[in-house]
Amino acid sequence: MRYAMAIDTRKCVGCSDCVVACQTENDVPIGFCRDWVSETVDGSYPNTVIELRSERCNHCEYAPCVRCCPTHASHYEEGGIVVVTHHKCIGCGACIQSCPYEARYSHPEGWVDKCTFCIHRVRKGEQPACAAVCPTKCICFGDLEDPNSEVTNVLKNRKYKVLAPEAGTRPQIFYLV
Amino acid sequence: MSSRRDFIKISALGVGSTTVLASAARFGFGSPLEDILGLPKDEFPSFKRYPTYCEVCFWKCAGWTHVDMDGRIRKITGNIEDPQCNGRLCPRGTGGVGMYNDKDRLKKPLIRVSRNGEQTYREASWDEALDLVAGKMKTLAKKYGPESMALFNHGSSGHYFTHLLNAFGSGNIAAPSYAQCRGPREVGFETTFGDSVGSPEVTDIRDTRCLVLIGSHIGENMHNGQVQEMSDAIDKGAVIITVDPRLSTAASKSKFWLPIKPATDIALLLSWIHVLIYDNLYNKAYVEKYTEGFSQLKDHVKDMTPEWAYGITTIAPDVIRATAREMADAAPSVIVHPGRHVTWYGDDVQRSRAIAILNALLGSWGQRGGFFFREGFKLPDYPCPSYPTPSWSWKETLNGRYPLAKMAVTNAFVESSIPETGKEHIIRGWIVSGTNLTIAMPLKESLMRAVQSLELLVVVDTMPMEITGFADVVFPECTYLERYDDLRDSPHREPTIALRMPAAEPSYETKPAWWIARQLGLKLGLDAWFNYKDYKEVLDWQLRQVGSSLEEMEKVGVKRLKRTKGPLYIGEGEDYSFRTPSGKIQLWSKELADAGFDAIPSYTPHPEPPDGYYRLIYGRAPMHTFSRTANNPNLVALMPENSVWVNPKVAKLWGLIKDQKVWLKNQDGVISTFPIKVRITERIRWDSVYMVHGFGHHHKPLTNAYGRGVNDTEMITRVMTDPVMGGTGMRGNFITFIKEDPRKEAIS
Repeated sequence: MRYAMAIDTRKCVGCSDCVVACQTENDVPIGFCRDWVSETVDGSYPNTVIELRSERCNHCEYAPCVRCCPTHASHYEEGGIVVVTHHKCIGCGACIQSCPYEARYSHPEGWVDKCTFCIHRVRKGEQPACAAVCPTKCICFGDLEDPNSEVTNVLKNRKYKVLAPEAGTRPQIFYLV
Repeated sequence: MSSRRDFIKISALGVGSTTVLASAARFGFGSPLEDILGLPKDEFPSFKRYPTYCEVCFWKCAGWTHVDMDGRIRKITGNIEDPQCNGRLCPRGTGGVGMYNDKDRLKKPLIRVSRNGEQTYREASWDEALDLVAGKMKTLAKKYGPESMALFNHGSSGHYFTHLLNAFGSGNIAAPSYAQCRGPREVGFETTFGDSVGSPEVTDIRDTRCLVLIGSHIGENMHNGQVQEMSDAIDKGAVIITVDPRLSTAASKSKFWLPIKPATDIALLLSWIHVLIYDNLYNKAYVEKYTEGFSQLKDHVKDMTPEWAYGITTIAPDVIRATAREMADAAPSVIVHPGRHVTWYGDDVQRSRAIAILNALLGSWGQRGGFFFREGFKLPDYPCPSYPTPSWSWKETLNGRYPLAKMAVTNAFVESSIPETGKEHIIRGWIVSGTNLTIAMPLKESLMRAVQSLELLVVVDTMPMEITGFADVVFPECTYLERYDDLRDSPHREPTIALRMPAAEPSYETKPAWWIARQLGLKLGLDAWFNYKDYKEVLDWQLRQVGSSLEEMEKVGVKRLKRTKGPLYIGEGEDYSFRTPSGKIQLWSKELADAGFDAIPSYTPHPEPPDGYYRLIYGRAPMHTFSRTANNPNLVALMPENSVWVNPKVAKLWGLIKDQKVWLKNQDGVISTFPIKVRITERIRWDSVYMVHGFGHHHKPLTNAYGRGVNDTEMITRVMTDPVMGGTGMRGNFITFIKEDPRKEAIS
């Protein structure tokens, strides 16, 4: 099992529904977020192109946040989901510093928080909240080790990229371009 | 756009370039969720869900409100059975919880009082506030007739006050969604096809092969079903052509982006018509069978070549030809989209006509991938006596203008509310429900004169919007998550009905609009029209007439019904009769000619920005619905303020830097109340600036929205009114930048 996401930048309209859905699903305090939308603009008018991306924790295969966590609060769950066990987290913030994606934040109640791929939903066979809500269906979540999964197929057939590949963390969020 | 928490500076280099395998100790497969999510076992969330349909915009997607064991509303998700959302709400719908949780909500009825010469509000009981309004309405009816009361409305609550005023004896009901938004489009399509575009639009985007957007920014206007279908169309390889001076999100996903010079769209449309006709690309079978006036049209556009249009629109002739060919190749599965907010330059009915004619030439109306025939489900009306006939109504407020207006024109109501205009039919009292007129409408000066002249102004809202500040009485309405409302029966591909039921008791002392309208009705002696105690009785009665029940709907939320009034599309070679006087599509409109207007659209130049000024273009952001969401804590977190988009060339000229705050001044010398951040971007033309509508609130009780950004309608003091139906064209305003606080001098 290897959970991953393929996010189609050709379809994403940058509406941030993924952000609100995550917020209400996971009770993320207002002012913080586990996922966000970024926009890059290239070229000059009228030869301008933009790319919109819904970003979040990359659930890296070689996750620096897991490696550097002194209490083992940050760890891998089944399918490679990187999560933080709240009661083990001492809020030292080493993981925040180590993440090349700026995907973690200090929760006001003391622990470090981030995307869990909605593990509570995934274990029930549901999609993460962001993937389930996206009006453009641009977020495809699934198991890369399942040859028949949509995410496997879409990555087989489409061009894609990952963010900050130079960090060498083997990120598991793929952007279809 | 980017909705990051406070930015934490980190270094991506700290990771190191060598990869180290995580040690086995870092794996904790199968940890209990309680540990991972930090929840004590007995508090693991278990939700109850209640059906609703959304009230954050007019699309009204059906969904479920999820409530935890403490009765707290936790989240709202889409109803998978609803074809308007397919189980996926948009950010505003998902963020609807913020409307419920907003701490700034109106909490108690308020009555305006004078205290030591200063006007203020005092809290009042419902009974007192209702008595005051009913008493005043009776006085107005006695003095001037019941017609002197008018309603401005938007959204679900409008229906109850419409019913109240109709029973009271007034037919003066208006909504800004007509003359400030989609009215011209409806008239343009009605005069061509005999049918309106409606809401949700009858655009068959899901199956289209070519989607043409004229300034319409689907994806930023987050009309859920359309956005979903545009995404499906992208998947299927549809060609998108976007005409917009701004690289909108939709434009960025288009095969062709035509960065048109603003205010010249009609020239482009006419040249496309020219190419379709003179290059023999139009759908001949369709045009011959279903249209009339082709020869007049052909003569009319004879000289409107792409070369002619080039000089006007700045779009190269080969691009005009290539895009026309793309449309023709896809025909009839092509949509030249009618848009939604189309009140731009005062010739908007004619522009909409040009769009309709283009669709007619492509043969897309009534065809798969073009426009489908909608069907709704008509629920029977709850029995009540027929309404009294008013002695005059909204038509009289037009004073012979706007002959093709099919609905009341808000701006005409505003004029009719100023007695000094010497009009015969004067409006003396307003009920305003669910629309923040002060931000929604341009022409603040006349709006304020009207407001000052009124003898009664009642505002019903969930939030202390600006308009509440002018009210004599404010009625606090509960949010859509706390009430029953009428069943949603908006027509689309298939008829559906959707239920909204409360997921929580009304907070504070708020009440549902149906209750407020009914109480007023009872106090006005209109008992016969309010023959129920609870709106549930009305809903259950309606549902039982059609073989369902409230109990059933409370379980399912949405019911899909079979079409009974004919197919979605015109059959091949079918003798179809359009709902025009002759049964044919009107390429040449007799109706417009008879009313003294152009029977075929023509291009007229519009004023251009003076030196140092830029055309003000405004639009929408996907996470906000006008001012309705400007204070919603969840959505404010995504986009707290608007910014003014400026081309880098212009920024350089003015020495503007990113995020610098500037004040805006328009051609009439009006200076914005607040400053706005500069966004320097290659996404906007050098002769225009762009901002998102709905910001710049100046009402302090809106603590999340106050002082954030600029209100575009404040800058819109020049309006080009459409003579055909009264639409307020708002794209003819020009702004310049003020870098120093213009009020500094006044203060010192």
